[in-house]
Amino acid sequence: MSQETMSLFSPQLAARLDALVEKYPRRRSALVPMLLYAQDEVGYLSDAVVAEVAARIGITELEVRNVATYYSMLRFKPAGKYNVQVCTNISCMLRGGYEILERFQQELGIGPKGVTADGLFSLEEVECIGACCWAPAIQVNYDFHDELKPELVPGIVDSYRGKAQAEGGSSHA
Amino acid sequence: MADVTFTVNGKKLTAPAGTLLIEACRKAGIEIPAFCYYPGLSLQAACRMCLVRQEKVPKLQTACTTPVAEGQVFITDSEEIAQARKATIQLLLGNHPLDCPVCDAGGECELQDMTFKYGAGESLYADAKNHREEQQWSPAVYYDRPRCILCYRCTRMCGEGMDVWALGIQNRGVRAAITPNGRGAGGEQAWLDCEQCGMCIDVCPVGALTSGSYRYKTRPWEMNHVSTVCTHCADGCKVTLGVRQSNDGSEIIRADNRDKSGINGDFLCAKGRFGFDFVESPERLAKPLLRNAEGKLEPATWEQALRRAASKLKEVRDTRGGGAIGVIGSNHTTNEENYLLQKLARTVLGTNNIDHQRTTDYAAFAAALAGHTGKAASLREAATAPAILLVGGNPTEEHPLLAWQLRTNVRLNRARLYIANAKTIKLERQARAVQTLPEGGYAKLAAYLEEGASDFSKAVAGEESLLVIFGQEFRGADVKALVNWGLKRGNVRFAFLGDYANSRGAADMGLLPDRLPGYVPVSEPGAFAEEYPGLPGTAGRTLPEMIEAAAAGELGALLVVGANPAANRGLDRAALKNTFVIVVDILLTETAALADVVLPAASLYEKTGTLTNTFGDVQMVSKAADRAGVKPDFEILVRLAGAMGADARQLVPFGAGGMTADLGQSRGASAGEADRHAVWLAANNLEPKLSPFDPLAMLDEIERLVPGYRMDRMNLLGGNDVPTEPGLSPASSLVGAAPIVPAHNGLFTSGTLGKHCTALKNLAEHQAREMAEAVAK
Repeated sequence: MSQETMSLFSPQLAARLDALVEKYPRRRSALVPMLLYAQDEVGYLSDAVVAEVAARIGITELEVRNVATYYSMLRFKPAGKYNVQVCTNISCMLRGGYEILERFQQELGIGPKGVTADGLFSLEEVECIGACCWAPAIQVNYDFHDELKPELVPGIVDSYRGKAQAEGGSSHA
Repeated sequence: MADVTFTVNGKKLTAPAGTLLIEACRKAGIEIPAFCYYPGLSLQAACRMCLVRQEKVPKLQTACTTPVAEGQVFITDSEEIAQARKATIQLLLGNHPLDCPVCDAGGECELQDMTFKYGAGESLYADAKNHREEQQWSPAVYYDRPRCILCYRCTRMCGEGMDVWALGIQNRGVRAAITPNGRGAGGEQAWLDCEQCGMCIDVCPVGALTSGSYRYKTRPWEMNHVSTVCTHCADGCKVTLGVRQSNDGSEIIRADNRDKSGINGDFLCAKGRFGFDFVESPERLAKPLLRNAEGKLEPATWEQALRRAASKLKEVRDTRGGGAIGVIGSNHTTNEENYLLQKLARTVLGTNNIDHQRTTDYAAFAAALAGHTGKAASLREAATAPAILLVGGNPTEEHPLLAWQLRTNVRLNRARLYIANAKTIKLERQARAVQTLPEGGYAKLAAYLEEGASDFSKAVAGEESLLVIFGQEFRGADVKALVNWGLKRGNVRFAFLGDYANSRGAADMGLLPDRLPGYVPVSEPGAFAEEYPGLPGTAGRTLPEMIEAAAAGELGALLVVGANPAANRGLDRAALKNTFVIVVDILLTETAALADVVLPAASLYEKTGTLTNTFGDVQMVSKAADRAGVKPDFEILVRLAGAMGADARQLVPFGAGGMTADLGQSRGASAGEADRHAVWLAANNLEPKLSPFDPLAMLDEIERLVPGYRMDRMNLLGGNDVPTEPGLSPASSLVGAAPIVPAHNGLFTSGTLGKHCTALKNLAEHQAREMAEAVAK
């Protein structure tokens, strides 16, 4: 897809994807990183994102969906502006990961896979995020918070709320 | 590759190096079970059923991905392997519902067979099975998700085999499911947007994909299976019809070709697989009809109808001569019927006014090949030829089997496909080189290839051997020019594409006003005329000329057999004011509605005989279904001639060796053995033809009198396709332009038959909706 055609993506992302498809011997090898970058920018894999990625690689939308649905980190519905990912794998679980998850549920008023009404937070339970040494740990978008205790949760939530207010606006970009 | 020797279960086997173990074992009669492995498709190794023990390898290996090499030692059958397979089945049955008593596949399910064999009858899982509602993806395809064992056969068949890529697998693990490409009108419902060939249903080893026309209709073991030939396009796929007793005969319930016999193997398109319901169309004729004093068609007995038709034909012949009678034959009737029809016209009615709705200029093809034997290609060659030049035509739409053969050949044998076409066709995706022709460029194609100036023509010229397949765009002199180019070039074989199941047979059998059977000109007659002296010596009227003659009041009677010129050749009531019309057909067509006498015929699925596909391959048609009230065209024609006072023995050479035959008393032929019995009779020089209504009685005469039709009879009766030789037709010149009107039937249309197939109409509507959705997006 040339730069001139209408793209959903920012010029920077479009350029990055253009480079990516040329990088591999087969264009479709770029599919997973493309989906990940597109999701980071758009927030989720909308029908339009799927269609554009398919067109950029030259495969069918069905093929894009076949791959994308395999990965739990790729999503088809919008997440909150801050996606709270609570690890409940073995180290985190032993050190109280489920209490953390429960506290987030109370604090945000949503269950796993839920999004708050203001679109600010979403919550999900994830597999190991590689922070076992500092368990229990969570990841909010790409930020880590570790060695947590349930009583630290409100502070984390508040800090992101403050951050959102500072940026002016509560809904998703 | 060189042969290697390896050991399986203590037995030495030999196979070419690189052969997959599962194939090598199957050839040697050692069965290795597999769900995901399917010959011809890419390897998946998903099901783990084909596990075998290989010496010196720590873990069990999948036989479907193990190429054999010198000195390997395998065990394919042991306690350990049985246990491994049993464990696999237990996992597969974890969510698989045990609804076998109502499942379509029950009784012919590979999972059921394996469970029976390896005995995983007891479930070790305490959890409830995951249930999902079944989905309808199209009028033809239903998906029952919990039954699916994720073997990927359907996705590979659809993608690699059909080049449609409409099926995928989404999600993972226990949530993984087959997903179609479309999302329907509401946006969320799963819909299939594809060619609706039903191959996915066919290859499904379990009952996950089921067919709209077959599901919940019967149990597999309640059907009888009859192997015959599809009645739609001119490729001549072999089709196995599942039939069952019904109130008025026996009905067709299913069409497939799971035994992989014939030219097509297991391939069938939507028409072959679902397009058989015209036999029970409400417009299907079940009684002869006569036009009464008020001008309305009303039911009559066969005697009344035949007497009226015969007396009128006789009267016109005796008072106005044979020239006042016209005969229009069919593209769907058998060779025997076509031969009989032209014989009836020429020897009994005394006229050369005989034609059919020509869709391809086969006469020009025969004239171009005259004297050059061994130049006509069988359809089988499309799957094996190293290089193919496809000129014109659109096989994907109009010749699905040919398209399948070409795709398979390119995929498995790396055949080189060259395409020259005025339009863009889908097969270009498989082509090595494509040449787009200007409108009318076909006439100049031979000169263009000869010139060899472009890369395309150089590439074609560089091929050592070439299979040239050309479409209906070619007529008369253009056919000659292309064939001459090929003959000059050398090492070329040809095929010419036509439209209907027996279009080629109709032309070969002489349903032409200027040609006797085998394209022998009426002016220079050969064997046929010698055997039947006194034939009319001048060319008769073509179909359009007959219609003109009728309008001018010059045609006293018109006999139309299995054709519908009122729908597509402009025949109308006004033109027929002074013509007595007799129509023999299976349906109350537009033409039948104009007739004075209508005789109800058996469809191709309800009779015996032979057909010739557009490649000249002859195949046996066997009677599968049955319908009360109808008669095969063959019998109708013999009865009609008989009612005119003609000698049936002159018309049909039956009972030549006396009136005795072994009808099975010596070996107790029972139901289902008839075909083999025929082979046995022939081998023992016995005479099975005791009746003038036996179409096979005509086969001897066809072989004797039609140039090019000397066939390998044992192979033919054994259910195989046998080639004919158009090169044996006499050299002759073509007179005038032949009235050729290609039908250009697509995936869901089939002339008049297609209009009466509810299944095909539903598929066409579904695909039209999908198309509209896609455009709206």
